[in-house]
Amino acid sequence: MSAVTIPVTATDARRRPGALALSLAGTGALVAAIAAGSVLLDGAGLTSNIASRLLPPSLEHPFGTDHLGRDMFTRVVKGLALSMGIGLLTALLSTVVSGILGIAAALAARWFDNAISWLIDLFIGIPHLIFMILIAFTVGGGIPGIVLGIATTHWMALALLVRADTKQLRDAGFVKVSRGLGKSPLFIARKHLLPLAFPQLMVGFVLMFPHVVLHEAALTFLGFGFSPQTPAIGILLSEGMPHILSGNWWLAAFPGLTLLLTVLSFARLGDRLRSRLDPRIPIG
Amino acid sequence: MSPRGARADTAGVARFLAVRLLRFATLLAGVSVLAFALVLNSPVDPIQAYIGADVNISDEQLARLREYWGLDGSPVERYFAWASAMAEGNLGVSTLYKAPVAAVIGERFWASFALMGAAWMFSGVIGYALGVVAAFHRGRLADRIITGYSYALSSTPAFWLGIVFLAVFAVWLGWFPVGLAGPHGVPAEEVTLTQRLRHFALPVATLSLIGVANIAMHTRERMTDVLHSDYVLFARARGELNRSVFWNHGLRNSIVPAITLQFAYFAELFGGSVLAETVFSYPGLGSTLTAAALGGDVPLLLGIVLISSAFVFAGNTVADLINAAIDPRVRTSP
Repeated sequence: MSAVTIPVTATDARRRPGALALSLAGTGALVAAIAAGSVLLDGAGLTSNIASRLLPPSLEHPFGTDHLGRDMFTRVVKGLALSMGIGLLTALLSTVVSGILGIAAALAARWFDNAISWLIDLFIGIPHLIFMILIAFTVGGGIPGIVLGIATTHWMALALLVRADTKQLRDAGFVKVSRGLGKSPLFIARKHLLPLAFPQLMVGFVLMFPHVVLHEAALTFLGFGFSPQTPAIGILLSEGMPHILSGNWWLAAFPGLTLLLTVLSFARLGDRLRSRLDPRIPIG
Repeated sequence: MSPRGARADTAGVARFLAVRLLRFATLLAGVSVLAFALVLNSPVDPIQAYIGADVNISDEQLARLREYWGLDGSPVERYFAWASAMAEGNLGVSTLYKAPVAAVIGERFWASFALMGAAWMFSGVIGYALGVVAAFHRGRLADRIITGYSYALSSTPAFWLGIVFLAVFAVWLGWFPVGLAGPHGVPAEEVTLTQRLRHFALPVATLSLIGVANIAMHTRERMTDVLHSDYVLFARARGELNRSVFWNHGLRNSIVPAITLQFAYFAELFGGSVLAETVFSYPGLGSTLTAAALGGDVPLLLGIVLISSAFVFAGNTVADLINAAIDPRVRTSP
């Protein structure tokens, strides 16, 4: 990331003050709607009904039905809820790893810092999807494979940021005083550095979320995620492939577009939070 | 530059190169340890899988093979037995294809190479151009369209974009065939170039489009910096117009970061190609990797993981070298 200060431009001047609140409200509403929908919609839409196979979208089935007559709307909402649950868990795990390694690397001895930076290079270098497939293969797919695979491939960028921030604070007056008073590095990390790194970690978490959700869908699509009965977006799409290719467009359009919208709203929220945190970074 | 300065600089470059190459080697060793450890803990034994392809093997031969591979040794011994075989170019035998892994990979390498190479070029050129246009029109309609489009693209699942392309261009409009590298049932030697290109078009389009967003947004930021610099202000004061500002200042100050970024993009490119190849049943390394992992073909899986990681590390190293060649500060900092 460049540390260059970008001058105020026309776009920045016109930056709407309410944009962050609006983005927050929109994303919150979306999450609430998906969560509520997934609880309220009963299992009826998930049972197959041969009489209503491959129906195009209608009032009764807003997203149409699939090749077994299941209601696509129910399946998509349940799939998005599942994606978000997995995303939350994975992004949280990854953020915790970033925070611990980032702060530890900045505080610890030079060899440890070098080891962490080598580890970061290693994980940046391995093609992520390929590594996730390897993990899913080892763990045997399912939720553990997905969470572990995605969490271990997403902590690097944030860890680098936290490390850089912490290094700047390492020699700050209050840290020196604390050290002079005989406080342990663990105490300094927990009481002084973690609270200051927290906003960065929070933004990192929100920005990580979209990547995590996209990777979960990709892994599931390739067949490394959930069992075929689970309504996950990746499974809906891989299952629907033959029928999409015979012209049933709604099987592709709705799962994909809703996933895109969910991911996009989180990505925008993350960008706005980041630019609030660091005004030098302009929003897109 | 004084001769002494030049000599110091050469030494610096040599040191930098040595450090980078050493790092490349340790990273590759790191991946091999990691991959081996992961597979060792999986339900399938990595070395057992090498002989798995051959059923007609006597107990005596099996015992000798176990000894040869050091199957009864500790995990560390087994790793070194495996790694030294790898280093000699013996990647083992694919259980899925009943052929040496090196041959299976070699057969599919060029298909993937063509796909990723073309997507890499297209996404680089188009992404750079879009970034430049956006920066020159910052805040106006063209910028808004390009930025919005990049945002939407970076939130689009790559495999879904492939499916949409298939549904629209292959099924609905019927412009392109549905998949594979050539028409079904035609021997590879008889597939004409036009047929090949028609089968190639949609996977390349998917992969290129996904790659555009990243480089467009970075170029836009970089070019905006350039356009707000004092030297561009001076150039404009001299009466230079957009076109000459771009050719005289913008291009040379923004093309190198863009190229560096494209080299660092190798990791994402590999992931995207796994998805695009799977959607389009394109016979490359990506779809083979999926098949290997789903079919428990450990030697092939490990082989592709190592080859692809080597490629990405090479890409990152090239990016570092380009950066260092252009910007001396990178070389001299430890």
